[in-house]
Amino acid sequence: MKTLLKNCRIVNHNETKEANILIEDEIIKSITTDEPEADKVIDIGGKTVMPGLIDMHVHFRDPGLEYKEDIESGSEAAVAGGVTTVCPMANTKPVNDNRVTTEFMVKKAMNKGLIDLLPVGAVTKGMKGEELVEMGDMLEAGACAFSDDGLPVLNSDVMRRAMEYAKGFGAMILSHSEDKHLAGGGVINEGEVSTITGLKGIPAETEEIMIARDILISKLTGGHMHICHVSTEGSLKLIKWAKEQGYKVTCEVTPHHFTLSDNELLNYDTNFKMNPPLRTQADVQAMKDGLADGTIDCIATDHAPHHIDEKFQEFDLAPFGITGLQTLIPLTLNLVRSGVITENEMAKLCSYTPAKLLKLDNKGAVAEGMLADLTVIDTELEYTFNKELNRSKGVNSPFMNKPLKGIAVKTIKNGNVVYEYNG
Amino acid sequence: MSFKRKDLIGMKDLTPEEITYLLDTADKFREINERSVKKVPTLKGRTVVNLFFENSTRTRTSFEIAGKRLGADTINFSASASSTAKGETLIDTVRNIESMKTDVFVVRHAYSGSIRFIAENTEASVINAGDGLNEHPTQSLLDMLTIRQHKGDLSGLRVAIIGDITHSRVARSNIWAMKKLGVDLRLFGPGTMLPVNTDPFACHMCSSMEEAVEGADVIMMLRIQRERMGKLLLPSVREYAKFYGLNMKRYNMAAKDAIIMHPGPINRGVELSSEIADYTNSVILPQVENGVAVRMAALYLLGIKKGDNNEDPS
Repeated sequence: MKTLLKNCRIVNHNETKEANILIEDEIIKSITTDEPEADKVIDIGGKTVMPGLIDMHVHFRDPGLEYKEDIESGSEAAVAGGVTTVCPMANTKPVNDNRVTTEFMVKKAMNKGLIDLLPVGAVTKGMKGEELVEMGDMLEAGACAFSDDGLPVLNSDVMRRAMEYAKGFGAMILSHSEDKHLAGGGVINEGEVSTITGLKGIPAETEEIMIARDILISKLTGGHMHICHVSTEGSLKLIKWAKEQGYKVTCEVTPHHFTLSDNELLNYDTNFKMNPPLRTQADVQAMKDGLADGTIDCIATDHAPHHIDEKFQEFDLAPFGITGLQTLIPLTLNLVRSGVITENEMAKLCSYTPAKLLKLDNKGAVAEGMLADLTVIDTELEYTFNKELNRSKGVNSPFMNKPLKGIAVKTIKNGNVVYEYNG
Repeated sequence: MSFKRKDLIGMKDLTPEEITYLLDTADKFREINERSVKKVPTLKGRTVVNLFFENSTRTRTSFEIAGKRLGADTINFSASASSTAKGETLIDTVRNIESMKTDVFVVRHAYSGSIRFIAENTEASVINAGDGLNEHPTQSLLDMLTIRQHKGDLSGLRVAIIGDITHSRVARSNIWAMKKLGVDLRLFGPGTMLPVNTDPFACHMCSSMEEAVEGADVIMMLRIQRERMGKLLLPSVREYAKFYGLNMKRYNMAAKDAIIMHPGPINRGVELSSEIADYTNSVILPQVENGVAVRMAALYLLGIKKGDNNEDPS
C-alpha cells in the first residue's frame, strides 16, 4: 500500500521544505518534489506537516479510574491534538508497578490502534516511596521510563538507588520534584495572589529544593534525571547549571506553565488548579526564555483529566490538574507567533527531542526510513475549543470555550489517517 | 445610595460608598437594639438559614439574634449533622435547602473562596460569615462601626493590626475595607504569621510591637488561632505574649485614648494582658454588641431585595 501526501510544507527540527511524502506501508519511503505513483493520494494543500507529536507526560487513568479517562478516550484526545505517541504516568489504580499492568496498557492501546502508548512505570511499588519496582521486567513489557509522578520520591536514598538501578538498563527517571512538607496544604502558588485570595500557597522553593536534590543525585549516580513540569525561574537556573556541569539532566515544561500565570486564580476557578501551580508572570517569562535558549528540552502536556463533579467543588477539595492534549498545538504555536521559538524548534520540542529521550530511533522527524507518524497542522485556523471538539472525557481545561488559533487537521499514524478535523 | 448586591461575600469587592452605607444602616439598627422590645417586622416571613460548615458559636448566635430581631425565620444548619458528612456535595446541600425557599444563607466554611462558590450557584442571597483564611466581612463592619463610634471618621486614623495576619480572615477583611476608607494601617506579627508577599495589602509592615503601637489610635489584636496552626508557627504562647502581646507599657506608647479591639474569643495573658482586656478603653464587648446591628443591616439590605416588605429601620 502506497500513499502519497501532496503539497506538504514539511517542518522538521532542522529544516523546512515543500515536498511530497510517499508512504509505503508504515514507513516514509521518500520525500520528493516528484509525484510518484501511489494507491492513494492525499492533497495536504500546503499545510504544515510535522513529525507526529510525542507527549512524554500524560495521565490516562486506565486502569482503575476510567470514569475520568480511559485508554480509548485518551487515544482519541491524543490524535485530535496531533499526538501520535504518549507516555502515561503510573498513578493508575492499581499503580503501574508491574509487568502485567504495563502489558495491559500497551495492549489496550494497540487494540484501539490510534497511537503508540509507552507506559511510564512507577519507581516504587505502589508509589509508596519504599521499594523499587522490577524495572527490567517492566521495560521488557513496554515501559519507557520510571516515575512516581503525582508524588515525589521523598527519600533521597530511594531515589539514589532507583537511579543507579535504572541506569543499568539505560532507563531514565522522570522526577516529580516537590518537597511535600514545604508544600504543606498549599493549593496555589505562594505570592501576591495567595495573599489576596486567602488560598494557601505553595512556595516556588517547594519545587526548587527537590530539583536541586535530584540534580545532585544525577551527579552522584551518573543516571539520567528528567525533571517533569518545571514551573519556576529558579528551577530553570538550577537545571541550566546542571547542564553546564555536564550532568545528565533534562526537563520539560507544560503549555499551561508557559501561557498562564497565577493571576488567573483570583476568581477561584478550579480549572486553573494544577500541580505545580501556575506561577508568576516572571516565571511564565522564564519558561519562554528557557524554551528559547534551549534549557528546556521538550514540551509535555501533563494531560490530567478529572470528572466534572470533582472540579465542581470547594477550591481546596478540587483535584489538581487540567486536560492538555488538544491545546498543545495552539498554545505552542502562540510561542511561534510571538517569536519565542521557531516552527523548527516546535518540531524539536514536541517530537524530535522526546523521541531522542525515549530512544525512539524511528520517530521524531519527517524523513525517509522513519515511521509515517505525521501531524498536519493548520496554523491559521481560528476556532473555539468546546465540548464538541473535545475528545477527552475530561472537560477540565481553562481553555474550554476560549478562542484558539492553530489545530491538527489530520493525524497520521503508521501511514494511516487516524484523525481528521471536521470543523 | 442603596445596596444593590445579591450577596455580601467580601470587603474586597465593596466600594467605599457601599461600606459607608452598610455602616450607616447598622447605626440605625443600633438604636433598635437599645429598645426594651428589640424587634421589628422588617423581614417577617423571610427565611434565613445559618449554614455553618465550621464550628462557631458567637458569630452564629449574633446572626441568629439579628435575624430574629428583624422578624425573619432563622434556622441553624450545622454541617456536623448534615448530609455533607454523608458525602453530599456542597452545592447539592445548598440547593436542597434553597429548594425549601430560603431567602438568605449565612454561610461559614473552612475553605477560602467557598462562599463565593456557593453564591454563584444559588439564587438566594448569601452572606459570608467567614471563609477559610479569606474574609469575614461582617466582623470587619462591626470593627469599623465600633471605631466610628469611638473615633468618628475613619479617614486618617492610625490602626495597628497585630498577630496572626496570614491565618486571619478578620485581618484580611479589615485591611481591604480600611484601606478604602483612608485608614493608615500598620501590621505586625511573628514571621510565621505574615504572608510571604504582603505587597497586595499596601500597608506599613512593622518590625516590632513598639513600632506598631506607637501613635496608634486603634490597636486591634488578633486571636491566636490554635486550631488553625501547626506546632511550627509558634514555639510557645509564653513567648508570644512576651514579644507580640499587648500590655499596659506598650499601650501607653499609643495615641491618647487609643481603643483596644479583639475579635474574640480572647486568650487572656496571650494576646492581651487581663489589665488591658478589662481596661476602660477596651471596646471588645461593644464590638460584640455592634455585631448584631451590623448583621441586622446586612440581612436587611439583602433580605428586602425580594419583596415589598421594606420597612425603614429608623
